[in-house]
Amino acid sequence: MASSSERSPPPFPDTEDQDVLDSEEVGGRDSDEDDGEELFMSASNTPLTKQDTPTSPDSQASDLMEDLSVGPPSSQTEKSAASSSPEEFVDLTNNLESRVAAESSSPEPSDEFFDILGSETQKVEVEASVKADSGEASSGGPDLPGEKTGSSSAAPIINLDNDVQPPRIGGKVIDPLAQILGDTPAADPKKPSSAVVDLFEDDGSDIFTGAPQSKASSRPEKGLFGEPDEDLFGGPLGAMSKKTTENEGKSGTAKAAGPTFSKPTEPADIFTEEAAATTVPRTSNTVNSKANGVHSEEDLFTEATVELSLDSPRSSRKNEETSKPSASSSSSSLSAPARQAKPPPAALEELEDEEEAELEDKFDVLVSVKDPEKVGDGMNAYMAYKVSTETTLPMFRNKLFTVRRRFSDFLGLYEKLSEKHGPNGLIVPPPPEKSILGMTKVKVGKEDSSSADFVERRRGALERYLQRVVNHPLLLQDPDVREFLEKDELPRAVSTQTLSGAGFLKMINKATDAVSKMTIKMNESDAWFEEKLQEVESADQHFRKLHALVESLVVHRKELSLNTANFAKSAAMLGSAEDNTALSRALSQLAEVEDKIEQLHQDQAAYDTFSFAELIADYIRLLGAVRGSFDHRIKAWQRWQDAQAMLQKKRETEAKLLWANKPDKLQQAKDEIVEWEARVTQFERDFERVSATVRKEVLRFEKQRTKNFKRQITKYLELLLQSQQQLIKYWEAFLPEAKAIA
Amino acid sequence: MLPEKLRSVSVDLNNDASLLIDIPDALCERDKVKFTVHTKTTLSSFQKPEFSVPRQHEDFIWLHDTLVETEDYAGLIIPPAPPKPDFESPREKMHKLGEGEATMTKEEYTKMKQELEAEYLAVFKKTVQVHEVFLQRLSSHPVLSKDRNFQIFLEYDQDLSVRRKNAKEMFGGFFKNMVKSADEVLIAGVKEVDDFFEQEKTFLLDYFSKIKEATAKAEKMTRSHKNIADDYIRLSATLNSLSAEESTNYYIIKFCLKLFQNFLRVCLKKVEGRVASDEELKLTELLRYYMRDIQAAKDLLYRRARALADYENSNKALDKARLKGKDVSQAEEHQKRCLQKFDTLSESGKKELTNFKARRVVAFRKNLVEMAELEVKHAKNNMTLLQGCIELLSGN
Repeated sequence: MASSSERSPPPFPDTEDQDVLDSEEVGGRDSDEDDGEELFMSASNTPLTKQDTPTSPDSQASDLMEDLSVGPPSSQTEKSAASSSPEEFVDLTNNLESRVAAESSSPEPSDEFFDILGSETQKVEVEASVKADSGEASSGGPDLPGEKTGSSSAAPIINLDNDVQPPRIGGKVIDPLAQILGDTPAADPKKPSSAVVDLFEDDGSDIFTGAPQSKASSRPEKGLFGEPDEDLFGGPLGAMSKKTTENEGKSGTAKAAGPTFSKPTEPADIFTEEAAATTVPRTSNTVNSKANGVHSEEDLFTEATVELSLDSPRSSRKNEETSKPSASSSSSSLSAPARQAKPPPAALEELEDEEEAELEDKFDVLVSVKDPEKVGDGMNAYMAYKVSTETTLPMFRNKLFTVRRRFSDFLGLYEKLSEKHGPNGLIVPPPPEKSILGMTKVKVGKEDSSSADFVERRRGALERYLQRVVNHPLLLQDPDVREFLEKDELPRAVSTQTLSGAGFLKMINKATDAVSKMTIKMNESDAWFEEKLQEVESADQHFRKLHALVESLVVHRKELSLNTANFAKSAAMLGSAEDNTALSRALSQLAEVEDKIEQLHQDQAAYDTFSFAELIADYIRLLGAVRGSFDHRIKAWQRWQDAQAMLQKKRETEAKLLWANKPDKLQQAKDEIVEWEARVTQFERDFERVSATVRKEVLRFEKQRTKNFKRQITKYLELLLQSQQQLIKYWEAFLPEAKAIA
Repeated sequence: MLPEKLRSVSVDLNNDASLLIDIPDALCERDKVKFTVHTKTTLSSFQKPEFSVPRQHEDFIWLHDTLVETEDYAGLIIPPAPPKPDFESPREKMHKLGEGEATMTKEEYTKMKQELEAEYLAVFKKTVQVHEVFLQRLSSHPVLSKDRNFQIFLEYDQDLSVRRKNAKEMFGGFFKNMVKSADEVLIAGVKEVDDFFEQEKTFLLDYFSKIKEATAKAEKMTRSHKNIADDYIRLSATLNSLSAEESTNYYIIKFCLKLFQNFLRVCLKKVEGRVASDEELKLTELLRYYMRDIQAAKDLLYRRARALADYENSNKALDKARLKGKDVSQAEEHQKRCLQKFDTLSESGKKELTNFKARRVVAFRKNLVEMAELEVKHAKNNMTLLQGCIELLSGN
């Protein structure tokens, strides 16, 4: 069934317009629903063939799918990660009251929502873990402990021989949780809410009846899922708030099961309960099974919170990545890719909504870079900037805090971020470039206008750079970012020095990258990327040209201001030489007017620089980052292709061995094939994940750019308007003087 | 203040209807510009009441030179000769544009070309205007309008075929200039007898240097203004191509860019360009013209000073002759002639200078008022356009 579609590249919606996308999504959704059902079917079949255990995650997942519906394309991902979404649900429901009371002011749960649901990468990873888990399940219990122990408290549970499943679930939950916990805290309250709405569409509105955030955009989808959602939500809600509409009895069992789970420290409990709960309701009613899952996970969740909150997202991610390969052979894993294939459209749509929500968004984290100050003397001098952060997010200790950072710290932050997130396809906002010339001038200590100009430009660029970083939902979660904003002392970033060993290494790396970029010829399977890449390149060119033009405009404007000043001076002289009193006065008036106009031109030159040229310079940098993320995608692709080639080779060897009839080596060859198959699958998934991320990031970037551009251009025009108004004032004041000349 | 002195650079205010001159048309043939000089008159000294003749720039120069050389007009400020038509800069730019055609987008090229054509036209118009002003000033002058050469210049319907200055004459002219400036230094020591002229001299010298500087600065200013206008053109062209290529998905950004680009094109380029050309016309031209006019006034002063020096020399010669007792009557005659010449020069010079002052004030007033009005107008235009843009942007 799904196996055929699974291998094909993710069916991204074609790059056409968003409208098309919408319709496609509908289509995708439909097909997905089918998938879900099929899955469900198959899942319920498999249990019979295998131990009845494997079913539970699967069926749970598919159940969820069915119910969730269900619909929202995005929920497919979640479905695969069934375990994680319900728990959020519970969280939600837990907080329901407070939520309804003060929707936006309860950022915690919503954040989780956002993170799991709203962001692709994580989703993918969650899936991956699920896959891995289920894969392991099928391949046998023993595998599990090894993987799980590292990350979860579930290890002991695994020994329970009655069910392999529970640990799996536990692991499943924990992995995503780890992720969540690592990443979660902040993010805008609005975003999450929109994500929620997206995912659960009506559910969302169901849950928070009268929730103000439920977006209008989610409405259209409502029609698609009718009842199930209500059921679903009726279920959990009922479980929590005794509001069950149907399946009274079953939810009763769920309820019964729920309480027992409330001892998070006792995994064994959970599992027994789980097993019981899942087996009972699943057979008959999906809603209930979900309710059960929900409960157990909630508990696990709390537990996991305690244990894993310090885990970095990265480590958990790695775990998942390593565990992924085992998933390849299992039947249950087949369904996962199929599901996974769908997320992109979901993500896109989600993103749209998210962005829309963001449009009215006041940032939760406001970063300002102020007070550039020269520290030290001579060539060892550097500029230190005050970085103030103003935030409402609970992830930060204070609402307002200030640290001092030097330029290389900013660069160091970028290095860390791009190293961590770049390969995943994130567009890491780039900081302003190093400028030896500009800095040397500052260092030498010339207090002329050009060095002041330089410092101011850099300050602005740094501020925008940081603001971009914290505006990025994923980057904000990064511990390094937090450290940068909060910690008083940072270790000196050495690697950013141009002349250091690290700098040299970087240069070499860059060179090899450039070479490999030239040598890798990727036959682009996805028209969307091809088109985008072209777009980015041409935009880059245009922006560069634009930037040069604006720079020359600035130069000319400065010239004009200088010349105006000169003229003003000589007009004043002329005025003093003039023997006609009225004319003399008029001339000196003219000189004054020209003087003022000179100031105006100067200001205008500054506007040109700061709100126009810098805007463009920023975008040139950002476009570079976008291209970088494309490169990372191609690299991922290359890895995949290499692995495939390798696999091919191994297969050939196997065939040869078979033919040569050398059974002793055959086994080894087979093992190798298995290994490489696993690798190919992993790399393919990596590639898909990176692709999806890049795609999402590019869309995000474009949205932001549009917004930003509009804002900046409006601002620029307003400044122009102001100066024109001034101009009018000046000349109008001069007019009577000129008329007074007798 | 005589009404016919109400002449300024850019006006055609001829209150004396007896002799009306204008240049309705001009033809540009390679380096030569042929002006059609049209005259309407009621004066009986002309054969017909209305006629047109073709004249070249060199003819104007010839007319000016003959006027300057006429002894009788030594006491007058001879209107400065029109500057040589300078089509070099737009032509050169056009040439450069042609070379750089490959590097530009087609749209950019056409835009630049249009701009250059406009510039060329402006230069052309300006040239015609300065020639016209020269003739009009002559025609409105009570003495100069009666000049025979002037009338011939206006009336003779054949090509004047003024003999171009040959190398020797050119050199002679140069030499004469040298002598003149040396002479100026020499006679500077001559004690001024009239306070008015003393004052006038220091004023004019001072004023000349100031106005010269101001002119240079104003020229620079207008040039940078023009540069900015050019930048706007290029910017708008680039924005245009950018918005054309920007992904269709993001119509908002496209819209923004388009709007911005339109704004730049319509408003900034045009207005900025116009501000530049208006400033050029009203301010720079004014200053430039008066710079030349002052030069003419200075020449007048020089001639008068020369006459004064001559007079003093003749006084000395008379004294010497009286001492020696020979050629006394001849020396007396000479001395008397010199005195007379000096007196006429002083008298007419005084009148001319007073007129000049009045004329200058009026011209400045007019131009400054006009410039201020235009600046306000342009700024207001800019403002409306900007407001419209911002509204459109924020409304979307």
